Amino acid sequence: MRSRYGKALKTAYLIALFGFLYVPIAVLIVFSFNESKSRTVFTGFTLDWYKNLFHNEMILSALGTSLLIAVVSSVLVTILGTLAAIGIHSMKKRARSTITTISHIPNVNPEIITGVSMMLLFVGFKNIFGTNIFGIPTLIVSHITFNLPIVIFSVLPKLRQMDIRLYEAALDLGCNPRQAFFKAVLPEIMPGIISGLLMSFTYSMDDFVISYFTAGNVMTLPIAVYSMTRKKVSPEINALSTILFIIILSVVLISNAAGERKEKKNRAQ
Amino acid sequence: MKAKIAAAPYLVWMVLFILVPLGVVVYFAFTTADGAFTLDNITEFAAYLPVFVRSLLFAVAATVICLVIAYPFSFMLSRMRLNHQRTVQMLVMLPMWMNFLLRTYAWMTLLENNGLINKFLALFGLGPLQMINTGGAVVLGMVYNYLPYMILPLYTVMVKIDQSVVEAAQDLGCNTLQMTAKVLMPLSVPGIVAGITMVFVPSVSTFIISRMLGGGNNLMMGDLIEMQFLGNSLNYNLGSAMSLVLMVVVLICMSITHVLGNEDVEEVM
Repeated sequence: MRSRYGKALKTAYLIALFGFLYVPIAVLIVFSFNESKSRTVFTGFTLDWYKNLFHNEMILSALGTSLLIAVVSSVLVTILGTLAAIGIHSMKKRARSTITTISHIPNVNPEIITGVSMMLLFVGFKNIFGTNIFGIPTLIVSHITFNLPIVIFSVLPKLRQMDIRLYEAALDLGCNPRQAFFKAVLPEIMPGIISGLLMSFTYSMDDFVISYFTAGNVMTLPIAVYSMTRKKVSPEINALSTILFIIILSVVLISNAAGERKEKKNRAQ
Repeated sequence: MKAKIAAAPYLVWMVLFILVPLGVVVYFAFTTADGAFTLDNITEFAAYLPVFVRSLLFAVAATVICLVIAYPFSFMLSRMRLNHQRTVQMLVMLPMWMNFLLRTYAWMTLLENNGLINKFLALFGLGPLQMINTGGAVVLGMVYNYLPYMILPLYTVMVKIDQSVVEAAQDLGCNTLQMTAKVLMPLSVPGIVAGITMVFVPSVSTFIISRMLGGGNNLMMGDLIEMQFLGNSLNYNLGSAMSLVLMVVVLICMSITHVLGNEDVEEVM
């Protein structure tokens, strides 16, 4: 009797929690198809907000800017971060722990402080050299900075797992250090590099707070969304949210399925 | 070892874009607009003490609510069948991949005076309740945005707790409450501590959520800082002093984490 009561309680709790997580998103999606601008009364089905969205110059150009910054900064940060991880890995214990602690700073510091501190740096640059660099360059620099720990800490564990004898064997078999690196080390740490690249791309696309302080007059997608939310009623946001949600959902489902298949394969071996 | 050199570009980057900017914040915090040394910025901060206290209170409230909601859930999740665990974990993470501006916007539409919740209450002759532009709405927004940050570290430690330990406690006569207090809690301390930091730090430093859901009367530290750098009060020196205070709060929080949980916490984070 008691356990049946407990089970009902459990189910109710899970329903409440997932309701809390998903009802707001469901409401956003439903009202993206609403004919009127109302956010509470559903008057009829329409796809007009999607049409408007694809003709919205501000959103489209912001999307372009975001993609440009995400691609450039994630590629650069992956190279810089992977090299850093290799260097850090080969250091002595004390130097290594000092550098890892400092590397964690952008991770643990509140985003607003990272944003503000970089903004001050760029303002200082402007005052000293007389050129305003705010815009794409400052966005790329700041995105590289907050993504560095992401890449470093996804490559470092792979280096630690790697058997150093693999590298030594490559050298013994006549590789020069460069060949040994590309043929023995790189393939081993590749999964870490790839996940670092993907994560930094995602974080770059998603970042609002740090970009807000370092963008100058340039608009990234999250900044454009912010300016739209200030207008209070803009059903295009609902349409945009729906599209993003569907993209995210498919990516998660695909990567999940891929992970499961890999797991099954490993089990079979 | 030559490999150390690989970290050189990163070290330069780290100094230039992590350490120097933080130094600039400290410099601005203790100088006037002309660059002369002063403590005025710090003392001027005293005038904003109510906002500071409010930020701490909101952040503590959000953290406690997250812990209360997430704790039983994480335990349930850790006891599910393995393939269910993966799916449910994905369901928890999914909303987190949406930009936080969109998630917060979703709550704006729900909490409005003539929003859906009030419409729903009106069906039963209740309300309308004033929900938007209150402190409660801000705390709700933070809980919604940061709940997964509490669930994940808790789940990570709980999944490692052996089911036989839980059963042993029950066989020896513990009821659920006693089992939680005597077995589960002590074993999940690293997860609790990590979760608290991961929710508290972004909560105490948030600036958009408070503006979107709290209106003008529930400003937080982040809003004040933003106003000094990009808003109409424009005062980099005062803004830097506020940032410095915020950084100290976070630092204290982090060192408590360190003392309480040592390396286990870092592993979970």
